[in-house]
Amino acid sequence: MSETISIKRLVKRLLMLAVVMFAFGFALVPLYDVMCKAFGINGKTGGQYEGSQVTDPTRKVRVQFLSTNNIDMVWDFYSKADEIDVHPGAVNEMIFVAHNPSDHPMTAQAIPSISPAEAAAYFHKTECFCFSQQVLQPGERIEMPVRFIVDRDLPADVKHLTLAYTLFDITARQPPVASINGQVPKGEQ
Amino acid sequence: MSAVIDDHAGHEHDHGPAKGLMRWVLTTNHKDIGTMYLWFSFTMFLLGGSFAMVIRAELFQPGLQIVEPAFFNQMTTMHGLIMVFGAVMPAFVGLANWMIPLMIGAPDMALPRLNNFSFWLLPAAFAMLVSTLFTAGGGPNFGWTFYAPLSTTYAPESVTFFIFAIHMMGISSIMGAINVIATILNLRAPGMTLMKMPLFVWTWLITAFLLIAVMPVLAGCVTMMLMDIHFGTSFFSAAGGGDPVLFQHVFWFFGHPEVYIMILPAFGAVSSIIPAFSRKPLFGYTSMVYATASIAFLSFIVWAHHMFVVGIPVVGELFFMYATMLIAVPTGVKVFNWVSTMWEGSLTFETPMLFAVAFVILFTIGGFSGLMLAIAPADFQYHDTYFVVAHFHYVLVPGAIFGIFASAYYWLPKWTGHMYDETLGKLHFWLSFIGMNMAFFPMHFVGLAGMPRRVPDYNLQFADFNMVSSIGAFIFGATQIFFLFIVIKCIRGGEPAPAKPWDGAEGLEWTVPSPAPYHTFVTPPEVK
Ligand code: HEM
Ligand SMILES: [Cu+2]
Repeated sequence: MSETISIKRLVKRLLMLAVVMFAFGFALVPLYDVMCKAFGINGKTGGQYEGSQVTDPTRKVRVQFLSTNNIDMVWDFYSKADEIDVHPGAVNEMIFVAHNPSDHPMTAQAIPSISPAEAAAYFHKTECFCFSQQVLQPGERIEMPVRFIVDRDLPADVKHLTLAYTLFDITARQPPVASINGQVPKGEQ
Repeated sequence: MSAVIDDHAGHEHDHGPAKGLMRWVLTTNHKDIGTMYLWFSFTMFLLGGSFAMVIRAELFQPGLQIVEPAFFNQMTTMHGLIMVFGAVMPAFVGLANWMIPLMIGAPDMALPRLNNFSFWLLPAAFAMLVSTLFTAGGGPNFGWTFYAPLSTTYAPESVTFFIFAIHMMGISSIMGAINVIATILNLRAPGMTLMKMPLFVWTWLITAFLLIAVMPVLAGCVTMMLMDIHFGTSFFSAAGGGDPVLFQHVFWFFGHPEVYIMILPAFGAVSSIIPAFSRKPLFGYTSMVYATASIAFLSFIVWAHHMFVVGIPVVGELFFMYATMLIAVPTGVKVFNWVSTMWEGSLTFETPMLFAVAFVILFTIGGFSGLMLAIAPADFQYHDTYFVVAHFHYVLVPGAIFGIFASAYYWLPKWTGHMYDETLGKLHFWLSFIGMNMAFFPMHFVGLAGMPRRVPDYNLQFADFNMVSSIGAFIFGATQIFFLFIVIKCIRGGEPAPAKPWDGAEGLEWTVPSPAPYHTFVTPPEVK
């Protein structure tokens, strides 16, 4: 009889283990996010940067800009320049242009990524259109600034950075009217 | 003498199985359930195999001749899913059901009704999965690894059924694993200490813990897919702030331990079979137990070797590279022990031994190609080529599948009460051996030369090797129908098997008559 009781307890513990591991699967989501942001894994950039830095005029870093449309996205989307040379610590600005050539209002979300990935943690955006979503009426065109600082601690061997944006059509997910207040989906900066 | 037998038969009748179909639907007997698992697994093996035949027929020559690329993708996906979840895993659960109680002197599994439920979930899950092939949008076409966004944003409608099928298989596996652990920890005969257990029992105990640890993660993974597809979340969608790379981390956190789930029980079975036909005790029993445990532990910290090319920082690449290579150490210990067991033994090569020896040699080839893939900078060249396909088929076909064949031949006399036909068994082995090597060895070459995996058409330069592969695959495939014949022949008749048909075999399972009576070890045996 004591045998059956111990089986019951064992089964309960094993079931608990299964439940804990199920939860662990979901815990990997925030864990992964935190790891990516902390270490700049995967080229993920952090949220809005509040600090400021002293310019280092002795060093120059070339920053390249890429703008890509995700599959099925019809907007025109490009930066005003392909690349600029910046000094670490200084605040720089680049203007991106978006144009909705379709005949209906659309919502878009831009997702940034930095290469090489190990530089992502040293790339700070003080302002970015990717922090919110863009709603464009048919035929509307806007200019969207991104302001950024390349950290003075950027490893010396990195002389060249690429900031790449992919523009996603999220009209179905966030109908243009509902998102006028600039609501941001969960987990997004 | 005849009086004794009559007496025994009468006893059998009282406590024997129920009659008719309901015997199988309602049974809680570990032998019945083991048998059903094994038949189910074999059915899936033939079904998944027939999909492989479609793949190899299309790849027989360059150019598109037989199937549409869209259907080809469904074939590669379903082949992988069915072989992993439908053939290999249920075969091992079937062997566990049959043999673990017999090996540890238990009357049955600890949770017999749960056992019945675990089994019957599987036919339901696979019926659902396979039925998606007949839907208008087609079945899953995103590979057995179902990477997002292929399996979310770009998936066919049927993906929802795929997700539920995975959930059901997961529940079945977890319950099966709980049952195995409860049986091993609670129902051992007096005197059967942990360190006296046959290695098959040990490896299954460890496998069961792996299952409980990672099947829930897989369930979480498909649940996140389900939510992304139907409830507007963005776990794996970059547009909403998620990340497709996260999918790969979650999947491989399950996926790498999963590959060991498919091999550890085979390690255990081979560790019984090689000593039996070498007529020597297993060399290094204790080190085998510890090696198995370390492999299981290490399998949790190597998952990103499947993701060397996604853009992991260099330190990460190095960590996962060295951790992966570390697995070769306990694996090497095992191979060393098997070889040492055979060393100076009185070897005979009955069919189980042939499969077991081929297992040791060919699995080692797969281990070496694994080591090559583990070299992160080299993997940039090998990744997603046929070299990877060659690697995992070498560890899975002569590894897992040969391990299952070896076990089947080894224990068939115990299950059926008849000896199988040795000549036919050997023929099955040699045809499988030749077919399998012909099918998979050339894949190393085309892979190194750059042929990508999961393609229905390929460059002319790969033509000859692919034709050889296809011929080998057809030989291997046809041979398995022959195995079905051998098994049926053995069930229906043959030389009666004594309780212990192999003179060098050890273990409690050989102390009960052949075929094993419906109920065994109702009073636990005494283990010295
Ligand atoms: C010495 C031991 C092993 C090492 C070092 C090893 C290493 C690797 C590596 C690095 C890869 C990824 C290759 C790539 O995608 O570029 C891989 C893939 C794979 N391995 Fe192994 N492996 C080992 C043993 C095994 C075993 C025992 C199994 C299964 C029984 C297995 C099954 C697989 C499978 C299924 C894949 C491919 C998954 C896919 O992408 O579809 N491996 N292995
Ligand atoms: Cu792996």
